[in-house]
Amino acid sequence: MRLVSRAWAVLALPIISIVLSVLVGSIVIILSEWLVAGELEPALAVAAYGALLQGSIGSPAAIVSTLVAATPLLLAGLSVGLAFKAGLFNIGAQGQFLMGALAAVAVGVTLKDSPAPVAIALSLLAGTLAGAVTGFVPGFLKATSGAHEVVTTIMLNFIATAILAAVVSGPLDVPGSPSPITDDVGQASLPVIFGRNGHLGVLYAPLIALFYGWLLFRTTRGFEIRTTGANPDAARYAGMSPRGIIIWTMTGAGLLAGLAGATELLGVNHQMTASYGTTVGFDAIAVALLGRTNPLGIVLAAILFGGMRAGAPLMQIQAGVPAELVGVVQATILFFLVASPVIRRVFRIRAARTGLEDAATFTKSYGGEVTTR
Amino acid sequence: MEALIELIYGIPVLGLVAQLLGYLLAVLPNISPIILRAAVPIAFAALCGVICERSGVVNIGIEGTMLVAAFVGWAAGVYLAPMIGPTSAAGVPFGITPTLLLALLLAVLSGVVVALLHAWLSISVRADQIIVGTIINIAAFGVTGYVNTLMATGSPTGAGSFRPFVPPKELTDLPVVGWLVEMFLFQGPIGISLLLVVIVFQVFLYRSRWGLRTRAVGEHPRGAETVGIDVIRLRYRNVLLGGLLAAIGGAFLSLEVTGSFQQGMTAGRGFIGLAAMIVGRWTPLGAFGAALLFASSAAIGDSIEISPPAGDLGTLLGGLPGQLFDALPYVVTIVVLAGVIGRSTPPAADGLPYEREATT
Repeated sequence: MRLVSRAWAVLALPIISIVLSVLVGSIVIILSEWLVAGELEPALAVAAYGALLQGSIGSPAAIVSTLVAATPLLLAGLSVGLAFKAGLFNIGAQGQFLMGALAAVAVGVTLKDSPAPVAIALSLLAGTLAGAVTGFVPGFLKATSGAHEVVTTIMLNFIATAILAAVVSGPLDVPGSPSPITDDVGQASLPVIFGRNGHLGVLYAPLIALFYGWLLFRTTRGFEIRTTGANPDAARYAGMSPRGIIIWTMTGAGLLAGLAGATELLGVNHQMTASYGTTVGFDAIAVALLGRTNPLGIVLAAILFGGMRAGAPLMQIQAGVPAELVGVVQATILFFLVASPVIRRVFRIRAARTGLEDAATFTKSYGGEVTTR
Repeated sequence: MEALIELIYGIPVLGLVAQLLGYLLAVLPNISPIILRAAVPIAFAALCGVICERSGVVNIGIEGTMLVAAFVGWAAGVYLAPMIGPTSAAGVPFGITPTLLLALLLAVLSGVVVALLHAWLSISVRADQIIVGTIINIAAFGVTGYVNTLMATGSPTGAGSFRPFVPPKELTDLPVVGWLVEMFLFQGPIGISLLLVVIVFQVFLYRSRWGLRTRAVGEHPRGAETVGIDVIRLRYRNVLLGGLLAAIGGAFLSLEVTGSFQQGMTAGRGFIGLAAMIVGRWTPLGAFGAALLFASSAAIGDSIEISPPAGDLGTLLGGLPGQLFDALPYVVTIVVLAGVIGRSTPPAADGLPYEREATT
């Protein structure tokens, strides 16, 4: 009984948020249908969610698609979560993802005829390193000059987009192609392990989540990260170096997001256009918030959002509800999570540790002094 | 004279700089109205940032606010045009129609509503302001995309767009300042109003009671409260005003530039506005200057692509990827923020939720 009530204290808020958001989503479906087509049709919401479920868990192939869609969300979600734990807000997962994908395609195209294990390993390594470098920059700037990571990472997102477009339409462009596009990565593609498209990344992403949990909760470095996130001054008095931790954490976060980008490119896309873009960066923030920076939570949140992404096309085809509804539901979930004090009061939930309260200090260091002298 | 210029252009390195200056001088008058047009949404976004952050509320959700306003402006036109009809009289300045005005009004209203949500979550609920802004961006992208896809099946046309004012030829032909007149007056109503808004905002922020109070609340809210300023109310009011400014910037895109809406059409301008605010050191005039600078970077990049300068400079610039000019504003912002060129410090209480002492 104790266990049940404790589990409820942790899970109540996410579950209530998800349920409320699904309800809001149905209201949106019914209302918008009424506005556009002029007829009130409550059954449409049922049909839409039915198609969404069928497209995400309705068949073995659908489940594989869900897992494939969840993989980059999981890795990038871990990136955002790691930064959260140190009191840092990594809006830059987007740019780190893109740089990771770009480095992976560059190395992958070069090694497209080499033996597969070598090509895959080196491409993944290049992607993770590129992500790490992209994450290092805002970490270094924050530690040395106090430039807030939210602003620098947003800027780096746009810089990454520009670099990607320049490189793909320049050195990596296949001569004679009508619009800029790179070669196929060939041997560097991640092997398909199960189903039609279940690539290797689906297997190693959960292992990375395990590693993330071990790092944060079983190592000295993890303790230092969590202490710095909770109270940088206390960390400094305890003999830790918050500046070093900030640089280390942002580099680690960039590494994870870079791996997400490399995995997505080598596992799904196999080549890159100059307008290669993604919503993974912002979805990852949603995943990390819903998963409360906890490794298991992030895995579950990534599968939930991955499933919605995977099922959305079928929903659009079968029920005629635009796939963008997924974005609406996703944003509503976040909204209810952020308004948690209000939700708690309405539903009478006892406050449980969210795992975020020690991390929800991003804006504190925005103005004025950076505490990490 | 010609020979002298040839001589200067021939000097290694320095000559290239001279060539670049010469090229800019030749090109700027031609592209100046384009630069201002590109700067308008960025500047309005930056002004929204200034007004919010000066009173201590970080607003990352400017992008989302603009997107919602751009969409509502267009969608309102779609619904209103058949009802009111596009009755555009020939002599009306800017091609104003009742439909356009109503659409603009509704767009601004929608921006204020989004700002109200931001204000409630970040001031009253005291949620983390950066997370709140991020959610507003995600939600705006989702909701506008959803409704846009629903509406797009009928491929509707909106209320059209405001037309630019054509300044009299005597003014634009004036020596030296003629191109400046053209830059600021060869614009639609929102574009022309920008300069006025910037100046009024700058004067009010530093020369009025409201401005003094706003700055006090952003730097030291507790001190402000002790002298009788209602911190919460002032922050609410300023965030709503900020939403109004951002919404004008968003409506500019769908009602003055294009007359239509595309998914995600703000394309990061809200974030560039944030950058302009930082480079402009949280002042209206500075933010406007930075927005102009950022817009010029892109416009000059385009100009080089279309009509590259002659000589060594042309071959040098031709070798550079065009995306360089797109990325330049962001690089400048990081450099400024890192304190390499001058220092830019946000207001001291920026981002800190305010809690009254002894609230019951």
